Amino acid sequence: MFENLTDKLQRAFKNLRGQGTLTEENIGEALKEIRMALLEADVNFKVVKELIDHIREKAVGQEVLTALSPAEHVVKIVRDELINVLGKDTAKLKFSSQPPTIVLMAGLQGSGKTTTSGKLANWLKQGGHRPMLVSVDVYRPAAREQLKVVANAINAKIYEGKVEESNTATVERLVKEARREAINNACDVLIVDTAGRLHIDEQLMDEMQSLKKILNPQEILFVADSMTGQDAVRSADEFHKKLTLTGVILTKMDGDARGGAALSIRNVTGQPIKFIGVGEKYDALEPFHPDRIVGRILGMGDILSLIEKAESKLDKSKSEEFARKAMSSDGFSLEDFRGQLRQVKKLGSLQSIIGMMPKIGPFANMQQAADKVDDKQLNRVEAIINSMTSHEREHHEIINGSRRKRIARGSGTTVQEVNHLLRQYAQMRKMFKSMSKPSFARRMAGMKMPGM
Amino acid sequence: MIQTLFGSTEEKPSFLKRMKEAVTRTRESLSERIEDVVAFRKEIDRETLDDLEATLLSADLGTATTATVLQALREKVDRKQVANVDELKRVLKEELLAILNSTNERPVQKVDGEPEVILVVGVNGTGKTTSIGKLTHLLRAQGKTVLLAAADTFRAAAIEQLEIWGDRTGAEVIKNKPGGDPAAVLFDALQAAKARKTDYVIVDTAGRLHTKTSLMAELEKMRRTAQRFSATAPHETLLVMDATTGQNGLQQARLFTQSAGVTGIVLTKLDGTAKGGVVVAICKELGLPVRYVGVGEKAGDLLPFNSQDFVNSLFD
Repeated sequence: MFENLTDKLQRAFKNLRGQGTLTEENIGEALKEIRMALLEADVNFKVVKELIDHIREKAVGQEVLTALSPAEHVVKIVRDELINVLGKDTAKLKFSSQPPTIVLMAGLQGSGKTTTSGKLANWLKQGGHRPMLVSVDVYRPAAREQLKVVANAINAKIYEGKVEESNTATVERLVKEARREAINNACDVLIVDTAGRLHIDEQLMDEMQSLKKILNPQEILFVADSMTGQDAVRSADEFHKKLTLTGVILTKMDGDARGGAALSIRNVTGQPIKFIGVGEKYDALEPFHPDRIVGRILGMGDILSLIEKAESKLDKSKSEEFARKAMSSDGFSLEDFRGQLRQVKKLGSLQSIIGMMPKIGPFANMQQAADKVDDKQLNRVEAIINSMTSHEREHHEIINGSRRKRIARGSGTTVQEVNHLLRQYAQMRKMFKSMSKPSFARRMAGMKMPGM
Repeated sequence: MIQTLFGSTEEKPSFLKRMKEAVTRTRESLSERIEDVVAFRKEIDRETLDDLEATLLSADLGTATTATVLQALREKVDRKQVANVDELKRVLKEELLAILNSTNERPVQKVDGEPEVILVVGVNGTGKTTSIGKLTHLLRAQGKTVLLAAADTFRAAAIEQLEIWGDRTGAEVIKNKPGGDPAAVLFDALQAAKARKTDYVIVDTAGRLHTKTSLMAELEKMRRTAQRFSATAPHETLLVMDATTGQNGLQQARLFTQSAGVTGIVLTKLDGTAKGGVVVAICKELGLPVRYVGVGEKAGDLLPFNSQDFVNSLFD
């Protein structure tokens, strides 16, 4: 849907061929495109203005590197500037020399404080800490029950306490009791989940300040929705002014929002984004990487995350073995193919994989393709191979008509589908075998994956 | 279902769209010239237009909608219908009102004697359950009977939250175990409502990101369940959207409409400083009307949408 920034810039620069230096005049059009891209990504318009001024300053007078086109060169300047704004420091929590360390969660309604509190406790537990949770959201119906369910799910300690009246006095009492309870239970971190509040709600912001005074927390984390638009600066600024935040957690990053709010919030608070929430499960909390979100804001994908995911989930030796076999004169068998299929499935849905790819160059049209990719198709392919005997998997040439019929029945597919798979398998096998030959590059163009 | 509504139109850019792209460059230079013309007048200058642009952008209307609205404005200015800044603002407000009022209002096709089914959907944390509580309060105040279906079986304590609202507003809640099939809860609720001759069934669903295909398919299943019960159900599908949402709101509306057949929007958290301008872009592109706005945490804090008030608030 979005045209990629690099493409747009390429268009803006088409008159720039042969000019070796960027000038105020010849980058004007490009800066307009960058401005639009940043605004579309929900970066606050005042922040955009500031950024564009910086970028203009940096770009004007620069010699275009010979290795890059002018468009690529400008993109590089933009990238560097945005990474610079976001800062290099990522996930690190400050711990108190005298436990318990206290982490106060703050944010607007529905930003994801309770879920994130649970994720953070889970993350701390995995790091060998003993976190305790407490919810002081005495206002929203069932908010405290929600944290209790979360705590049980991750097997973390929670201080429940008693609530008779929903007011600030109760909130203040609860945190004091929770701190005592944390000390008694030898918990080294206390995570305080608070009620969502509007930054202009003076009464509730006062309550927050009072909590800060009582607890003297090491961390005050602002939990913000990555889908937030222009208002992100207002709320973050107000929270920061009243509480002096120490960091930010950006939630719901598993959606397709471009996440420009990250730039806005960082810009107004100057505080690092420490974590991002990437799913509904309790382990879906990841350290923040500025370079990756910059790619996303500019519509250039998150290839690094994909590589990291691939590295952690895929068995490297198996893949190498497959490649070696595929390119040898024997070729790979259906058994090997099924192994690869299973590896790919470990990475998650095909949509999510494609979503992380850049939207430029050879990947340009993949985003649209992603909508049509059906993960069930892969399951059908696997089912077909599962219905073969191991002998058939190693010697596909023996699969005759009656065997095909049996395989189709066994896998709940049709003979046509079995034929289709076998045909494509034969093609791929042949292609891989010829990979070592010089004519390989030309053949690559005709490559097709079974089931896609 | 998924592809029918939007998929096909998006795949192949229409002739019109390609034409538009081809003339974009000319249009840009044209509008710049108009600006020059405007600049000759004392009251309306480039700076004024920049201010208006900033106003619209900061209200989350997005670059495309802002550009369209300002272009229309420039054309009117060029036809000398506008004399001063106040006039300019009035014309701009008219443009925005025209977009907000041009939505597809579909009358509810409900069978007499059967309950009206309202499905409530949206991404996580927009305020679905709270809005349902308030909507129930509104309907109860009109003397209607309401039955609530706790079909958010996923989020921790979502059922308890809805039950508290049920107690507060005097509406019965039909529920199942956490982790159960939401469509089954819906089915039970519809049966109960029919037996009790309830006026409304409001269905609370789990928050879901519109990019999660399997969760979106679950909404399609719930729709089918409702349809089996009554051919025209669900009679209304409300997408609850947080006013702080930026440009992603448009994509949310698109995908929820594809899967859940959204018929209207509830814009929540308008009591903060966010303006919720993305609904203008949604109205313009998808023709979805805003039905209600949420302005606080109390039961009475849900108001019918008023486009005039909304447009005025953009300029506050």
